[in-house]
Amino acid sequence: MSSAPGPDATVLPSLPRDDEGPVFAEPWQAQAFAMAVHLHEQGHFTWTEWAAALSNTIEDMGPAEYYEHWLATLETITTTSGLTSADELSDQRDAWQRAAEATPHGQPIELGAEL
Amino acid sequence: MSHDHDHHHHHDHDHGEFSELSDIELRVRALESLLTQKGYVDAAALDALVQYHEEKIGPRNGAQVVAKAWIDPAFKEWLMSEPTAAIASVGFEGRQGEDMVVVENTDEVHNMVVCTLCSCYPWPVLGLPPVWYKSAPYRSRAVSEPRSVLSEFGTELDDSIDVRVWDSTAELRYLVLPQRPAGTDDWSEEQLAEIVTRNSMIGTEVVVAP
Repeated sequence: MSSAPGPDATVLPSLPRDDEGPVFAEPWQAQAFAMAVHLHEQGHFTWTEWAAALSNTIEDMGPAEYYEHWLATLETITTTSGLTSADELSDQRDAWQRAAEATPHGQPIELGAEL
Repeated sequence: MSHDHDHHHHHDHDHGEFSELSDIELRVRALESLLTQKGYVDAAALDALVQYHEEKIGPRNGAQVVAKAWIDPAFKEWLMSEPTAAIASVGFEGRQGEDMVVVENTDEVHNMVVCTLCSCYPWPVLGLPPVWYKSAPYRSRAVSEPRSVLSEFGTELDDSIDVRVWDSTAELRYLVLPQRPAGTDDWSEEQLAEIVTRNSMIGTEVVVAP
C-alpha cells in the first residue's frame, strides 16, 4: 500500500476519525480485529470462510456487541483449525488472571508475574 | 446489573491495590499470547496492523478516489468499468477491498450500501466501519425502509429519485460515487477530496459544498 497523495501524517497528524468516536470502542477490539487480519494474511482462512463463521457465531450467540461476536469467531476458527485448543485457551486465561492478581495496579500486566 | 464492575480503581473493595482484567480482556490476551508463543502470530506485526487501521486507513482514501473521478473523466470511466484496478492505481488495495464495485449517484438514482449478513465493508478505501453500519437496525431497515433511514441521516430525496440498496458480501464491496455538488467547478482535486464524507460514500448522505 503506497502512501496517499495530499497531506501526510506529518502535515496532518490527526487524520479525520469516525465522527462517532474511535473506530474501536476499546483496545481489545483492535487487538481482536488485528489478529483476524493477521491470521488471514498467513493463509489460515479466507474472508469468505471468516464471514460464514462469523454468521454462525451470530446465530449461535444471539445479540451481542459486534466485537464479542468477532472474538468468539476467532476462538472457534483457531480451535477448529487446530492452531490452539479449548483447554489451552482456558489454561492461558487462568494464567492471565493470576498474573493480573499478582500485578500492582497501574503497572503493565505481563505473563510470568504470577509465577 | 446489580452493581458496576468496571470502575474498580475508584473503589478497590475486593481487589486491594492489585490489577484485574475483564473476562473479555482475559480471552483476548489468552488467544494472542498462545498464538504468539506458537509462532502463528507476530506481536509486532499485530501492533502495526492495529495502528495501520486506526490511523493510516480511513475514509480519506475513498475521498481521494471520488475527487479524482470528479476531475478526470478518463479515470472515472476506468473506475466504473474496472473499479478494483482503478482504485489500486491510486494506491489503495489489499485486505478487504479486493473486489470492489462502484455505484454512481445521478439525478435519477441514489445508491446506498448495507451488509445484511454481518458488516462487510470496503476497508482499504473507507477504513473501519462506523458503529451504526454494524448495528442490526441499520442492517435490516436499510433494506426495508431506505428512505426513512436516509431521512434520519438528514438526507431528503425527491420522490422521483430511485433509491437502490446494495448488499455487500464477503466477495463484493460497494463504494458509492456521490454527485459532485454544484458550484465546485473551479475546485482542485485536493479541495474536492476535503468535502467528500465517509457517509456519502456509503450512501447515507450526499456531498454538499460548504
